[in-house]
Amino acid sequence: MKKKVTVGLGSCGIAAGADKVYRKIEALKKAENIDFELHKTSCVGMCYNEPLVEVEDDTGYYMYGGIDEKKAVEVLQEHISNDNPVKDYVVLSDLFHTKDAEYMEGQVKIALRNCGYMDPESLEEAEERKAYQGIKRLVNESVKSKDIVEEILNSGLRGRGGGGFPTGMKWRFALNNDSSEKYVICNADEGDPGAFMDRSLLEGDPHAVLEGMIIAGLAIKASHGVIYCRAEYPLAIKRLNIAIEQAREIGYLGKDIFGKKGFDFDIYVKEGAGAFVCGEETALMASIEGKRGMPRKRPPFPAASGLWKKPSNINNVETFANVPWIILNGADKYASYGTEKSKGTKVFALTGKINHGGLVEVPMGITIHDVIFKLGGGIQNDKEFKAVQLGGPSGGCIPAYLDDTKVDYDSVNATGAIMGSGGMVVMDETTCMVDMARFFLDFTQKESCGKCTFCRIGTKRMLEILTRITEGEGEEGDIQNLEELAYKIKDNSLCGLGQTAPNPVLTTIKYFRDEYEAHIKEKKCPALSCKQLLTYEVDPEKCTGCRVCAIKCPVNAIDGEKKQPHVIRQEDCIRCGDCYNRCKFDAIVVH
Amino acid sequence: MRVERLPVKNEETQVAEPPIDLTLLDDLIRKYKNKRGNLIPLLQGAQDIYGYLPRKAFLKISRETGIELNEMYGVATFYAQFRLQPVGKHIIKVCHGTACHVQNAGGITDALEEALDVADGETTPDRLFTLESVACLGCCSLAPVMMIGEETYGKLDGSKAVKVIKDIRLQEKKNGG
Repeated sequence: MKKKVTVGLGSCGIAAGADKVYRKIEALKKAENIDFELHKTSCVGMCYNEPLVEVEDDTGYYMYGGIDEKKAVEVLQEHISNDNPVKDYVVLSDLFHTKDAEYMEGQVKIALRNCGYMDPESLEEAEERKAYQGIKRLVNESVKSKDIVEEILNSGLRGRGGGGFPTGMKWRFALNNDSSEKYVICNADEGDPGAFMDRSLLEGDPHAVLEGMIIAGLAIKASHGVIYCRAEYPLAIKRLNIAIEQAREIGYLGKDIFGKKGFDFDIYVKEGAGAFVCGEETALMASIEGKRGMPRKRPPFPAASGLWKKPSNINNVETFANVPWIILNGADKYASYGTEKSKGTKVFALTGKINHGGLVEVPMGITIHDVIFKLGGGIQNDKEFKAVQLGGPSGGCIPAYLDDTKVDYDSVNATGAIMGSGGMVVMDETTCMVDMARFFLDFTQKESCGKCTFCRIGTKRMLEILTRITEGEGEEGDIQNLEELAYKIKDNSLCGLGQTAPNPVLTTIKYFRDEYEAHIKEKKCPALSCKQLLTYEVDPEKCTGCRVCAIKCPVNAIDGEKKQPHVIRQEDCIRCGDCYNRCKFDAIVVH
Repeated sequence: MRVERLPVKNEETQVAEPPIDLTLLDDLIRKYKNKRGNLIPLLQGAQDIYGYLPRKAFLKISRETGIELNEMYGVATFYAQFRLQPVGKHIIKVCHGTACHVQNAGGITDALEEALDVADGETTPDRLFTLESVACLGCCSLAPVMMIGEETYGKLDGSKAVKVIKDIRLQEKKNGG
């Protein structure tokens, strides 16, 4: 066979330089007339090894990681021209074991089944990988709407956007509301900082999401589809639009689709304008209608009165991506993964102080420990694992000693965190939990739409207290005030944003109360993270006067002659920690 | 909740509104006029043209589409995407997503504020740079990151970020003569 070279061109790969690598390979292929096939794909989830270049030859496949232009030239020359794989750069192969193999082996890929395995801009490649076979089966066998709903119900699929509401139930409500105009809406407003699974899915396998929506359209008898996508995801929007165009051309979208008379369904992409609250379904619909994205009271639920006051069904990107697989492989097969109440798999975005940051899809019920240490490769720089934040600004921190917690909706909720959309931010001993709570509160306070008083003003007051604490001005009674405010905000807010905004504060108080007390009583940050509570100084015994810190200091706050101990001018120091990180002699002391 | 004001002339703290060509809006207005749910695409389109939403553009769109000015203003101030002030040539978006935050994104903003002598969200007087914080760029594995134009810079620290800015400034000087 002809050798096949594939470059991963997801957003994260491009940010790491994959575009340049692709162009380099393309140029070399032309200039030196080397004979091989060159392909593009999206993110396979190994973000920590980007840019990734895969080479397939007669013997097997070799996934090269961390490839820059120089290494790409080497791989081309050695592997393609001389049949001599450069094993040093191989992170994954079916021929020999690599240390990265565990990252992939622990996964079960259902939603991400095609991401990184095909060109997302090619319908042909998608169809080779079974795209649109689920919907074709439903149409060919004339499966009734209520039976499709039944199949999704039986699969146990629950909303992957965070709520965890059974998808089949939502569909049933929407089906039971009669109307000549109904909407299927895909929530792709992934606003949770630290989560990028929806982006990766849309970039890597847009047809899966389209097919999921078409199936939903058939199931609830809707003929309009809308994808509400963050404007911050330009590549996802571009690939979605390409996929929609391809589907229209071949008769998978539009009128009488899949050759079935009267089966009309079309989809368009609506770009969001940057508001976290638009992840809430009623706010999202208001935003599609061109209004301020403010949630409204429910009922009426969207299934009865949604977009343009018509029955609507909203699901998340990942939920839709699961649907075609369930239709094709059966509800029982899907339900064979996971736990009793949480079926199937869940995609997590692993980030923070973890060695293998990226996307993983695992069966529900796997423990947090396994995700972080088996798949995630443990904590960076051999530091100590302290906590993991699940569910973003609406979620909470789970401490290291609870790492045997299973990841399913109910076990995670029991800790005070939520599954959320699947952001998993790993923290080590250098992360301050009070600062973490302040960070999330800062986010939700800015993103509060302002409708409910407690959410609007309460989060502001909580943020002020937390900011004071991290700046060394905490007072006796602050923790009690935070708790009191937290419960009032939870009880008196209309939508999920306000109801969950205090979670990061409540869980950090619950599990890391001693850190709050150290900030308030001793004016110390045990993690050495809160800047106002730190002092950077040079240890004159250890300082060699190498001048590296003085040259690199962004504010020129370090004085000293060459080969003489340096001094940090405290009044000018911005406490960025740059000198501390750079010093090779441990001569910068922080306390 | 963000509180912003429409740009007003002659206010010392604000950069004066540069002259704009309002005819550039004509195609956009023609495309979206009388379509339901058109307000956000209209504002997005106008911002694509001018880089921000000039006061005069508000007035023209309102006059020609019949959308009330207060409704437009309400929507424009609600969403983070819309800017009511002119921006610099290069917009520096420092990611403050969770992953970047735990990898000290704050230090990057601090160092850039110091180097550019502007506060977060402001534009340098020479209109070359606007410094912004953004929620999440989705490149969490490269944290901490910032984005300038189409280019993403990963695994930064304060001095690396400042160097990027210095390089751009040098390049601009060369191009300008």
